[in-house]
Amino acid sequence: MRSPFSMKFLTYAFLIVAVVVSIYPIYWIYVAGTLSDGQIFHYPPSNWFGSHLVSNVKALETSMPVWRDLANSIFVSGITTVSVVFFSSMVGYAFAKYQFWGKSFLFFVVLITIMIPIQTTLIPLFIIISKLHWQNSYQALIVPFLVNGFGVFFMRQQMQSFPEQLLEAARIDGSNEFRTFFRIVVPNVLPSLAALGILTFLQQWSNFIWPLVVINDRNRFTMPLMLQQLDQPGNVIHYGPIFAGAAIGLIPLMIVFVCLQRYFISGMYNGSVKG
Amino acid sequence: MDPTQAGKRAWLHRRLKFGSVSVPAWIPYAFILPFFVIFCVFMLYPIVDTFIISFENWSASGSQWVGVHNYRLVLTDPAFWTSLLNDAFILLVQVPIMLFLATLLAVALHSKAIRFKWVFRLLVFFPVLVDAVTYTIAFQLIFNTNFGILNYLIHLVGFGTVNWTGNAWAARISIFMVVTWRWTGYNAIILLSGLQSIPEELYESAVVDGAGRVKTFFKLTIPLLRPILLFCAILSTVGTLQLFTEPYILTAGGPGSATETPMLYLYSIGFQNYNFGLASAGTYILTTIIGILSYLQIRASKGGDYHA
Repeated sequence: MRSPFSMKFLTYAFLIVAVVVSIYPIYWIYVAGTLSDGQIFHYPPSNWFGSHLVSNVKALETSMPVWRDLANSIFVSGITTVSVVFFSSMVGYAFAKYQFWGKSFLFFVVLITIMIPIQTTLIPLFIIISKLHWQNSYQALIVPFLVNGFGVFFMRQQMQSFPEQLLEAARIDGSNEFRTFFRIVVPNVLPSLAALGILTFLQQWSNFIWPLVVINDRNRFTMPLMLQQLDQPGNVIHYGPIFAGAAIGLIPLMIVFVCLQRYFISGMYNGSVKG
Repeated sequence: MDPTQAGKRAWLHRRLKFGSVSVPAWIPYAFILPFFVIFCVFMLYPIVDTFIISFENWSASGSQWVGVHNYRLVLTDPAFWTSLLNDAFILLVQVPIMLFLATLLAVALHSKAIRFKWVFRLLVFFPVLVDAVTYTIAFQLIFNTNFGILNYLIHLVGFGTVNWTGNAWAARISIFMVVTWRWTGYNAIILLSGLQSIPEELYESAVVDGAGRVKTFFKLTIPLLRPILLFCAILSTVGTLQLFTEPYILTAGGPGSATETPMLYLYSIGFQNYNFGLASAGTYILTTIIGILSYLQIRASKGGDYHA
C-alpha cells in the first residue's frame, strides 16, 4: 500500500510523540540526579543536566549503603534468574518430549498457578520465613522465587518444536537422556533461555512488595526498596540523591536489555502469542 | 519377594519407546522432581495454606476455625468495595484507552512508510525496563503541583494548576497515566507481532474494495487482532486488580480513599494489622474476581480463533 504524504506525516508525528512520552520520565531521572534540590524544585522546571551528580551520590552514600544494595539486587535477581531458567528448561523439556503418567495433571497444576495472583502466596510464605528465622536474609529474598509456573509453560512451548530426529540420533549413538539434554538440547535453545532469562531478571529486580514485607535491614535492601525507604512521607526527602540512586539502579537493567533485547522481544512474542 | 516389591521392580524396568530405541520410564520424573519439590513447598503449599487461613482467626500461638466469618467481614467492609470501585474505573476507562493507543502504536510501527522502525520500537519499549518504584518516584515530581513539568505544560496551553495528589479525580487520573505510560508500549509490541502475521493480501483486497484507512482499521485490523487484544485485555485486567506499587508510592491510596486499590487494602490488613485470616479471605475473593473476569472476557470473544 502506498501512503499519501499526510498519512505518513501523521504516523511520524504520532510515533515521535510516543517516543518522547516514553523516554521523558527516564531522561528526567538522569537530569534530576544531577540537580540540587533547589534546582529540582524550580519553576519553570529545569530540563538540562546540572553539576550536582557527585554531591548527590555522596549524600546518598551517607544515608544508605547504596553499593551494597545495588549488589544485593544484582545478586538476588541473578541467582533467581539462573535457577528459574535451569529448572524451567528441564521441566519444560520433560513436558514437551516425554509421555509419562500424571503428565497432563501436573501440567494443569502448573498452568493454574500462572493464573493465580502471586499475592495468594504472600502470607504463608511470610509465616514460613518467620518460622525459619529468615527475615532480613538473602534466603528470604531468593528461595521463594527459585521456580515458577510461567517459566515451565514458556519453555515447554519452546521445546515442543525441537526436532525429534536430533534426539533420536543422540539416543541411537547411546547418549543417555541427561547428556542429550545438556549437550544437544540446551545449546540449541539458547535464544529461548535468554528470552526467559531477561524476562525473569526484570521481574525479579522489580519485585517490591515481598522485600517490603520481609526486609528491614538496610544492608539487605534491594534497589527498589532502598529508593522507597528514602522517599517515605514524613522523612525529610532529598530528591537529588534519590534520583541519583534511581539513575544508578537503572544501569544494570539497561545493560541487560541492550545485550539481550533481541531475545527479549522475541521472548515476549513467544510467551504471549504462541501461549 | 512380596508382590509390591515385584511391582516396583517391574516399574523400574519399564521403558519408554522412541522408534527403535527406548529409555527407562523413570527418566521424565527425574527431570521434573527437583522442580516439583521446590514448587510444592513455595508455591502450592502457600496457595492451599492461604485458603485454610482464610477460614481461621490466625495467630502464631494457635488459630481458631471461624468458618466464613472472614469472608463476611471483607464483603461487608465499605473500604473493600471502595477499592474495587476504584479499580473498576481503571478497568473500564484506562484499559480500553490504553489498548486502543497500543493498537494505533502497533499499526504505526508496522507501517511500510516508516523508516528506522527498529529505533522507534526500541524506544517505545523502554518503559518496560524500569521497575515500578523507580518510575513512580519520577512521576511523583512530574505530577508535583507547584514545580512539575505536567502542570507547567498545562499552564502553557492556558489552563490552571491541577492538584494531582489533593484532588480525588486528579489523583485517579495520575495513577491512570502512570499505568498507561508503563504498559502501552508493552502491549503495542505484542499487538505488533499479531499484525505481522496478518497476510498482506487482505489489506490489498480491502483497498481494491475501496475501503478507507479508518474503515480498514476498524473493520479489518481490529477484528483480526481480536485474539491478541483479548490476551492483552486479560493481562491488563489481572494487572489492574493487583495494582500496588504505583498508588502505594504516588498517593498512598489518597486523598481519602480515592486511589485505594484492593492490594493496598489487603496489604494494610495483612502486613500492617497482621490480621492474616482476614487478608487471606480478601485474597481469595480477589482471585475469584480475577478468575470470573478472565472467564467472561474469553466468553465474550468466543468465535475468535484464540488458542491458549
